[in-house]
Amino acid sequence: MDKTLHSKSASLWGDAWRRLKKNRPAVAGLVVIIVLIIVAVMAPVISPADPIKTDLPNRLKPPGAPSAICKNGVYILGSDEFGRDILSRVIYGTRISLSVGIISQAIVTVIGVTMGALAGYYGGMMDMLVMRTADILFAFPELLFYIGVMFALGPSIYNIFIALALIGWAGVARLVRSQVLYLREMEYVEAARAQGLSDARIILRHILPNCMGPIIVSVTMGIPGAILSEATLSFLGLGVQPPTPSWGNMIYAARAYMLSNPWYSVWPGIAIMVTVFAFNLLGDGLRDALDPRLKR
Amino acid sequence: MAGYIVRRLIMALPVLVGVSLITFILLNVVPGDPVLEMMGKHVDPLTLEKVREQLGLNDPLYVQFGRFLFNALRGDLGKSFKTGQPVTQMIMDTFPTTVKLALSSAFVAIVLGITVGIISAVKQYSFFDHAAMITALAGISAPIFWVAVVAQLVFGLQLKWLPISGYSSPKHMILPAVVLGIRFAASIARYTRSAFLEVIRQDFIRTARAKGLAERAVIFGHALKNAMIPVVTIIGMQISGLLTGSLLTETIFAIPGLGRLSIWALSNRDFPLVQGIVLFTAVVFVIGNLIVDISYAFLDPRVRLQ
Repeated sequence: MDKTLHSKSASLWGDAWRRLKKNRPAVAGLVVIIVLIIVAVMAPVISPADPIKTDLPNRLKPPGAPSAICKNGVYILGSDEFGRDILSRVIYGTRISLSVGIISQAIVTVIGVTMGALAGYYGGMMDMLVMRTADILFAFPELLFYIGVMFALGPSIYNIFIALALIGWAGVARLVRSQVLYLREMEYVEAARAQGLSDARIILRHILPNCMGPIIVSVTMGIPGAILSEATLSFLGLGVQPPTPSWGNMIYAARAYMLSNPWYSVWPGIAIMVTVFAFNLLGDGLRDALDPRLKR
Repeated sequence: MAGYIVRRLIMALPVLVGVSLITFILLNVVPGDPVLEMMGKHVDPLTLEKVREQLGLNDPLYVQFGRFLFNALRGDLGKSFKTGQPVTQMIMDTFPTTVKLALSSAFVAIVLGITVGIISAVKQYSFFDHAAMITALAGISAPIFWVAVVAQLVFGLQLKWLPISGYSSPKHMILPAVVLGIRFAASIARYTRSAFLEVIRQDFIRTARAKGLAERAVIFGHALKNAMIPVVTIIGMQISGLLTGSLLTETIFAIPGLGRLSIWALSNRDFPLVQGIVLFTAVVFVIGNLIVDISYAFLDPRVRLQ
């Protein structure tokens, strides 16, 4: 019995994986994401220079200018207002963006799934409380809320996690709740209950595995949003603080030098766009692959 | 209809109270003394105490919050700590500018987005379709503030076609409106395309074609209206994004709207102003969503509001 169940669930995921593999844009997105992860992990090895090492005589050099601090002797993407190597800063910025995207979504998922499952399974007061809180959070002007939290807690990457999580869980909770409401009425859940299984076991082993599809899609779709929010907050001076390089704070710094070094503002923006683009492609692909009801 | 509207507004009240409460809690967590900030560092403690008393800041928090709610119900959002002006007036002074920006970008977004979406759907899998959908996804992926900075760079500083900041002529609105509009055009185009594709596969479209209607009449007369229902939902959901986007666009292009005012209020710890703006924006959301729901009834006669 146990064995057949397992092989069946494996084929479900295998099926989704086969569908995803056939979706070329999604595979392209996945490849870009893997490359970005490698770049983030290998940053110290592949960066031509230390991202916070300054060289004041060589400020705001154009791409291709000779450099004393870069291993290869050239500022491939130019230098910034302190003579730091822009390429190295863009490379290190990958770490910030990816970790914000992934960690914040991990927090959001844990809180959202817990809240949504409790609200959907138990209903009543619990449901009322969770869903009304979610309604209130949805009525907030999102960015204004983030900015407010950053003002309250002070600018740092950890506070960005908190700001994003405070609002973000509500969307996941709504999604999970609607799934659980439907699943808890299924006969197999009733059977599990009749066997005397505990609520925790029913929720964790029997209900949640069946809403993994929508959860995975929602998490993947949430990552680009989180990356954009971090970039925005850092751009406003409320996120990651210089000299730590983040794509958002680089664009903020570059604004002052639009005339003397126009390329400076372009590179980090392209980095953000490519990253978010890749996650969007993967998200679209996962949605198509994991939703069997979708007509092709 | 009137009953429906009233019921919806009453249902929104607890949400608005909740929004205000969370803002109130957040503001009281913010480190630093707003009154000290307002009066300057060298004020003597006695005056400070007097001002705090006058502003009602010595009352327990629940009294302060209750007073805020009670006054807000009568349209009084208190006075700004920083300027002494009534908050309601400061919001009303800046809101029309934001509405102008939001409407101009919504115009850009809707015209561009729906047009591209329809062409993409009608010519599915053509070169145009692929190019448009890749561009649209890129448009969604690019951060608004970066698009704004690059637009200033290219059209303002390099080509010198348009002014890059300020708000003195209609010409000043072009860049901000297009920058803000393009992003929403991108998502509207994506949704219009998929909604259209779904509609043109349905039987009534086949019937329309079968009875010999011109393709133009099929697309505009029959398909468009039916495809608009999901599109209207998306446009409605963008209202919040539009306000968020205008916050950034206004800051970057130095436009004196509500968005810039809200950042100013937060960085100056002007609590009454922040409270007022957040509540006001939440009310705008609620009304926006209501308008979206009402518009369904016009687009789809099967929808009955209750």
